[in-house]
Amino acid sequence: MAEAHPVGFQWVMEAKRRGAKVFHVDPRFTRTSAVADSYLPIRAGTDIALLGGVVRYILDNELDFREYVLAYTNAATIVSEQFADTEDGDGLFSGYDPNTDSYVQTSWQYAGHEADSGSGHTAKERDSAAGLRHESHGAQVHGQVQRDETLQHPRCVYQILRRHFARYTPEMVERVCGIPREKFLELARAWTENSGRDRTGALVYSVGWTQHSVGVQYIRTGAIIQLLLGNMGRPGGGILALRGHASIQGSTDIPTLFNLLPGYLPMPHHADHPTFDEWVDSIRHPGQKGFWGNARAYAASLLKAYWGDAATPDNDFCYDHLPRMTGDHGTYQQVLNMIDGKVRGYFLLGQNPAVGSAHGRAQRLGMANLDWLVVRDLFMIESATFWKNGPEVATGEIVPTECRTEVFFLPAASHVEKEGTFTQTQRLLQWREKAVEPPGDARSELWFFYHLGRRLRERLAGSPHRRDRALLDLAWDYPTHGPHDEPSAEAVLREINGYDVSTGRPLASFAEAKDDGSTAVGCWIYSGVYADGVNQAARRRSRHEQDWVAAQWGWAWPANRRILYNRASADPQGRPWSERKKYVWWDPQAGEWTGYDVPDFEKTKPPTYRPPQGASGPAALAGDDPFVMQADGKGWLYAPSGVLDGPLPTHYEPAESPLRNPLYGQQANPTRKVYAHPVNSVNPSPPQEHSQVFPYVFTVSRLTEHHTAGAMSRTVRPLAELQPEMFVEVSPELAAEAGLTHLGWAHLVSGRAVIEAKVLVTDRLTPLRVDGRVIHQLWLPYHFGYEGLVTGDSANDLFGITLDPNVLIQESKVGTCDVRPGRRPTGPALRDLVEDYRRRAGIVPGDRPPTVTTPVLRPAGRSDDGPREKGADHA
Amino acid sequence: MGLRTFIAGWPVYRQLTGTDPLGRGAAAQSGRSAGLTARTETADRVARSVCPYCAVGCGQRVYVSDDRVTQIEGDPDSPISRGRLCPKGSASKSLVTSPLRQTTVRYRRPYSTEWEDLDLDTALDMIADRVLAAREQTWEDVDSDGRPLHRTLGISSLGGATLDNEENYLIKKLFTAMGALQIENQARI
Ligand code: SF4
Repeated sequence: MAEAHPVGFQWVMEAKRRGAKVFHVDPRFTRTSAVADSYLPIRAGTDIALLGGVVRYILDNELDFREYVLAYTNAATIVSEQFADTEDGDGLFSGYDPNTDSYVQTSWQYAGHEADSGSGHTAKERDSAAGLRHESHGAQVHGQVQRDETLQHPRCVYQILRRHFARYTPEMVERVCGIPREKFLELARAWTENSGRDRTGALVYSVGWTQHSVGVQYIRTGAIIQLLLGNMGRPGGGILALRGHASIQGSTDIPTLFNLLPGYLPMPHHADHPTFDEWVDSIRHPGQKGFWGNARAYAASLLKAYWGDAATPDNDFCYDHLPRMTGDHGTYQQVLNMIDGKVRGYFLLGQNPAVGSAHGRAQRLGMANLDWLVVRDLFMIESATFWKNGPEVATGEIVPTECRTEVFFLPAASHVEKEGTFTQTQRLLQWREKAVEPPGDARSELWFFYHLGRRLRERLAGSPHRRDRALLDLAWDYPTHGPHDEPSAEAVLREINGYDVSTGRPLASFAEAKDDGSTAVGCWIYSGVYADGVNQAARRRSRHEQDWVAAQWGWAWPANRRILYNRASADPQGRPWSERKKYVWWDPQAGEWTGYDVPDFEKTKPPTYRPPQGASGPAALAGDDPFVMQADGKGWLYAPSGVLDGPLPTHYEPAESPLRNPLYGQQANPTRKVYAHPVNSVNPSPPQEHSQVFPYVFTVSRLTEHHTAGAMSRTVRPLAELQPEMFVEVSPELAAEAGLTHLGWAHLVSGRAVIEAKVLVTDRLTPLRVDGRVIHQLWLPYHFGYEGLVTGDSANDLFGITLDPNVLIQESKVGTCDVRPGRRPTGPALRDLVEDYRRRAGIVPGDRPPTVTTPVLRPAGRSDDGPREKGADHA
Repeated sequence: MGLRTFIAGWPVYRQLTGTDPLGRGAAAQSGRSAGLTARTETADRVARSVCPYCAVGCGQRVYVSDDRVTQIEGDPDSPISRGRLCPKGSASKSLVTSPLRQTTVRYRRPYSTEWEDLDLDTALDMIADRVLAAREQTWEDVDSDGRPLHRTLGISSLGGATLDNEENYLIKKLFTAMGALQIENQARI
């Protein structure tokens, strides 16, 4: 955190100054480790084993915050008797379908709800990265469940959790992660001692957790700990995702993502959502508790914002204009389709996949096989010049005079040359004022897309084709100003906020959204950012003039709430858990919730409220159900649906690992997304042969002085001077073993690529003793490429493409490689070296690695609702 | 110069007698720097902005003179950053004023080995042509069971995490209406 989010880290240091203990877990000793109370080196890709050890420590010693756990989580809920755990399945849960490498979730459901909850077969959900929908809300489950308040029932969640994590002992943590057990126990003790009524503990993570084939389950394990310890919805608690781009949270909320529409509404699927009603019901799940019960209003209001006057209740608000998913349309599938010649044109908008995405060679080969490419950026980036300067030009794989891709480079406006909002990592929207006009031809994306849309609509005027109706019906009349006819960002923000169609009055909150076409709302979770016609994101009351919550600086979604689920900061009766951790509470005199923040609860619903029989939506939430976006109002220790690779996290080895999984016969995530394409490959791991060809583990991360793929830092003189060169960090022990010299050259080889780097020998990396042997880890920055003031080989070239099944994020925080002294070969000899390694490793182009490495004892029955095609690779 | 002024000019004297006993501030100031004026004081205007790099969201003040950015500093009012910027945020002025920035449209013809110049307006027209052609060639109206698809898989897009919410909103809205489904950004990565 001190390296990649330095200014955010000041708050960790502030907490430390006030007595907090800081633990840092990382494969490499960093600036964060240097100031932490304790540093735990870890083998990359083993965090579930570490966190699972903490879960076991809590349960074994009964250190959970029992009152919180009983009232606010699903610990007491009884699970179906059909459920079988990984303990019984050698690493597989019940319901595994080896034909599709995915689960049928029926047996995971709460008792009595096997038929009416969950999502059944999940192969389709994997392709549509359905897990991402749950960024704002939980998965579906029926609201009324069986409970055992004594937590003794053998099938209650609490007992299932105990059995599931029983083998995650301190000895096992040491064996899997390479963390000495005393270090582990120091962490477990500090975490539990600093949680409870009077104290809270916070968990901070970043892409070191997400970029794994089990990334979602890493965060799930963190969530289990934080729920068991009562650290959710309370000040100083929580699980804090540190996101890496100025508005990457915003581009998830208002998604430029294939599977989502604004506010986490799913993009419709051709088979599941042929009609508006079916689409809406699949979101709101009639009968379930919580605020998603109003999904029809959010969906209708979005379509109204998109298609304006053309969208009416009679035509289902132009629902048929929405494009439909049929499978996996994610960025990696797209790139493979480019290589296969299926994609004509590609827009790159401030993103540089030639350097920043996994398997850089596949990215560049894909871009070299398009009809046209539009690059919009501040600088001439690698993704614009691959046809001229890319490494494949040197190897002869891309020949400029044979590369047909037509490239348009359009300069973009910088952040000071346009106005608009970024959403930072805590869901806070901050408006930026424009300082100057952009230079020359540089324009904002707002300008580019508004005017592109205008031209497209002009060309198509009068078109008889059905396919053009959605463009012609589009509400696309934004006011413009200035010499270049810049569209008004405030007008767009007002549409995002939503307004009453007849009066134009901006809505005060999403509670005002209607399903009858009388409101238009561009992104329902952002409703309120333009309340009273005021740009709330532009508020800048100084921190000196308000309290520590700083509610008048910017605007946070939803409803300017700074801590989500903050009802949990009070006990079931609505009283603060302690004076020290007071945040939001029930005021019986006033008959309402009050506190330092906007209460995340219906303002006047008393703690004693119990829903009447048959209630649904918000009315079905009891006065002590704090997790209001969850289908049962509870925090989920156990996830009966919504997570595709298991209701509980399980340690699997990374897709590429030198080790056999010490915990189960199942080696790696049995549901991970695999692409059997000739350009892609996975280095062998046990129980496959030849894993010793790639004996070392490597991981990548950021330098303080560079930013992602380098387009905004390798081009900036002060930053380029601070970190001028690509390098690889190795321990003195590995340097001796591999014959590497400090400040000399080394090259690293994987089944995809060979790259070179300067060697930095440092004890910031340490060999780990794991499962009876020594594992060496190497560390690389991933910022370098062949353009800019400082250049170097790209670390991401080493990775193959294997994805998490829930969100289709690639495993690019851990892989295996070999390392050798000296520079890499150049020209065609470079590919020869890689080919030689592939031959020795037994890698066959287009082969799938074995997904299941243990007998499937309880396979799923034949299910009618799942696709049968294996992996659905080429949708 | 009188003796008094001469002595008072010694940094060590100022350090011992003034408000800066550690000699790291006012006491160490030279005559030359005392006479300087900060760019931030003479700016024509100040725009309140946000750092464009990571998602901490540090507040920035952008100082402008003669319609040029002359300085970017941390915003001391921000409850997030309290005026601080890291090396990247501090380099923001170098970023936006970098001589390496491309300010004109560049065009590479198929099979060409060099860039050419292109007029922005022409570029926009050419891109519009290509978008319409790609849609026409790859349009899928219904699936094999006659259910709507209304889409093209012939167009892809990547990017958004560095852009504004308003921009992402228009991008998603337009692409969706175009039937272009394959829209992705860094959040997938
Ligand atoms: S100044 Fe540094 S920490 Fe702050 S937002 Fe910018 S990059 Fe992030």
